[in-house]
Amino acid sequence: MNRNTSSQPSRRFLLASATAFFFVGTGLARARTLGGSLPWEPGTATPPTPVRPGPWLFFTADEAAIVEAAVDRLIPPDNRGPGGKDAGCAVYIDRQLAGPYGRSEGLYTRPPFMAGAATQGYQMPDAPAARYRMGLRALADHIKSNFAGKSFRDLAPEDQDKVLKGLESGSIALKDVKSADFFTLLLGNTQEGFFADPIYGGNRDMAGWKLIGFPGARYDYRDWVERHNEAYPLPPVSIMGRSDWTVRE
Amino acid sequence: MARKLPAKDVVIIGLGWTGSILAYELAKSGLNVVAIERGPWRDTATDFPPAYAQDELRYAVRLDLFLRPDQQTMTFRNNASQTAMPIRSFSGFLPGNGVGGAGVHWNGQTWRFLPTDFNIRSHLEERYGKDALPADMTIQDWPVSYDELEPYYDRFEKLCGTSGKAGNLRGQKQPGGNPFEGWRSSEYPTPPLKQGLGATLFAEAARKTGHSPFPQPASNLSEAYVNPLGVKLGQCTYCGFCERFGCGNYAKSSPQTCVLPALMRFPNFSARTESEVTKINLDSTGRRATGVTYVDTSGEEWEQPADIVLMCAFSFFNVQLMLLSGIGKPYDPQTGQGVVGRNYAYQTTSSVSLILKDKILNPFIATGSHGMIIDDYNGDNFDHTGLGFFGGGYMGFGQTGARPIQTRPVPKGTPKWGAEWKKATAETYQRGLSLATHASSYSYKDCYLDLDPTYKDRFGRPLLRMTFDFHDNELKMSAFLTERLAEIAKAMDPVEMTASPRKGPYDSTIYQTTHNTGGTVMGADPSTSVLNRYCQSWDVHNIFVPGGASVFPQNHGYNPTDTVGALAYWTADAIRNRYLKNPGPLV
Repeated sequence: MNRNTSSQPSRRFLLASATAFFFVGTGLARARTLGGSLPWEPGTATPPTPVRPGPWLFFTADEAAIVEAAVDRLIPPDNRGPGGKDAGCAVYIDRQLAGPYGRSEGLYTRPPFMAGAATQGYQMPDAPAARYRMGLRALADHIKSNFAGKSFRDLAPEDQDKVLKGLESGSIALKDVKSADFFTLLLGNTQEGFFADPIYGGNRDMAGWKLIGFPGARYDYRDWVERHNEAYPLPPVSIMGRSDWTVRE
Repeated sequence: MARKLPAKDVVIIGLGWTGSILAYELAKSGLNVVAIERGPWRDTATDFPPAYAQDELRYAVRLDLFLRPDQQTMTFRNNASQTAMPIRSFSGFLPGNGVGGAGVHWNGQTWRFLPTDFNIRSHLEERYGKDALPADMTIQDWPVSYDELEPYYDRFEKLCGTSGKAGNLRGQKQPGGNPFEGWRSSEYPTPPLKQGLGATLFAEAARKTGHSPFPQPASNLSEAYVNPLGVKLGQCTYCGFCERFGCGNYAKSSPQTCVLPALMRFPNFSARTESEVTKINLDSTGRRATGVTYVDTSGEEWEQPADIVLMCAFSFFNVQLMLLSGIGKPYDPQTGQGVVGRNYAYQTTSSVSLILKDKILNPFIATGSHGMIIDDYNGDNFDHTGLGFFGGGYMGFGQTGARPIQTRPVPKGTPKWGAEWKKATAETYQRGLSLATHASSYSYKDCYLDLDPTYKDRFGRPLLRMTFDFHDNELKMSAFLTERLAEIAKAMDPVEMTASPRKGPYDSTIYQTTHNTGGTVMGADPSTSVLNRYCQSWDVHNIFVPGGASVFPQNHGYNPTDTVGALAYWTADAIRNRYLKNPGPLV
């Protein structure tokens, strides 16, 4: 996904041409000198890697149970369609936390870390993966001591909502974790997963897009620009296509 | 120790819009030109093909095409009493990276400044009195006039193939165009884009309320076009993935779609990618640049000697490199002396969001710059007597996309999650739209750029530090403009309307625009400018900053790219026709 920070040597380095050129640096350097014509080589594009089903890559089983229950309250199943759990939001978050996003890859993470004004943005050293690990542990401890040793998953939906509202408002204090900040992170990632391309593990069967009528990764609406007030007729499509395009055995 | 490379005639720092235009113009003149770009090479087929360019998470949320803060960032504070903190992840504005620069990810909105914008201080003082402007407002006249720049605007628009409708052809008003614009020597290269329902409803309401709507000038092309360099662009398909994305259709003007195919054929041009210039080198007198030093991805340091150095980076990084290289006198906000870093400005935006009744807007059918706009409240197009502010902006409706991670309108009071949120989200997506104002940001004594005392980049160089906040003038202006927009919005018969004028303090975490201007401003007086009227350094005559937005003395009520492109051509002509004949100060 991110060519900038890959440590692999580039396969699309130099282009032979009529012009004199030279290769800067060592054989591993990715810096290139280009001239003579547009550089282009086959097989060098970087399409997204589809998320595969399977075991959790980041979450422990206990963490995953909390997240699956929480995303299903943040986006509850109803007669309009699936909730966060069946739409794959927890899988999406798991795969994101196991990847570059979870490590804050590419961000500025140099010290010193000092508390700033709200207008100055996030100033803590912790990357999202660490924030989930700490936040979920603190939440589990809070539930255990306030709901007779239970876990979040075992609470009634109304109680789960009460806990989530307490985190959102900050009225529930978690140990060493700012509850409102953790809630904002969880809600943001849940909605990302619900509306991102299904290739990333959420928005399963394009549930999020069907809910609002977004046609997805289509790329040509020329015939529809001036058809005002008419519902666009085609169903959504993802980067991977649609399940009904796939030949079934 | 840097290894020294064979000398070139011209070294260009950054291969975006200005770098590629200057490279083309100077290579065509026969000069040996090398461009050094800190990011990767990028092309349509490999980097944003329609097979997966329409990926909101990757490009709009994770910002795949943008500058990574671990490569370069800056620090920010609202005022000098705060400690500036590093921008650890970009969100308030998004500097580009790689070949094409910000020209890859822009929306394509292609505006000229007003003729009176170019002599704004003398114009306002003449109309409203010598003492009308606030004492700490440091706006100044541009050292070029609209009339001088018009042929260069025309050239850049023809390079892009911009779609639109002229409102003023050589002084003759044209029906359907912008009646307030400066004169144009020719019609837009391609006709206006088609409009969706939202823009059509806005235009009706604007007409009904006595305004003059017109289609927004767009460098997302309404039809296929071959530009003067012989490069062919495609027709926009209204896919709704423009800003933050590369265009897979060759339909959005960019260095990739307009310049590079022609530029790369010159045997006397080469580009070095993933190589970051760390310093401009000066000779012992400090009055002449000898070239640049850069570092490649293996960490190896190289010296590229050259006769002319062109600073074509994104605006902030021109300022940073000048400060780090000891070129020009750094600005001191206490005394008002010094120039490098002075007059940083931005843009003042606001919105009026609406929910309509029984409409199907199909908001995902969109481009970065179609839409219907009014210009009645821009610049000094309206009488400012008694209003308590100066400046203005355009306003209107443009459907730039409704990608659902970032665009999900809901009625006021809707919870942020749960069953009610889900219902409201589903029911409002097709009926919600957000009108916008896009207005000037004048410059002030206490808004500036300098080097941060604490935070360093990966090479150990100080980060650039931004000190900026909105001033009363801009907040009053935004309140006025937003009220006018709300009056038009009411005529659209919404079931719900929320007017959100810009409020202080400036928040670096909320995206507004990437129209960051000033810091190496051009001017007629070396005590208040870094560059003369040919974008040439007053101090070091073989350094030019050919038109990047860092040369703007203040920012006006329009998107900057058209003016950036025009100034690039203006500077290229000055170098070709004047400087090469007699290298030295042009003023």
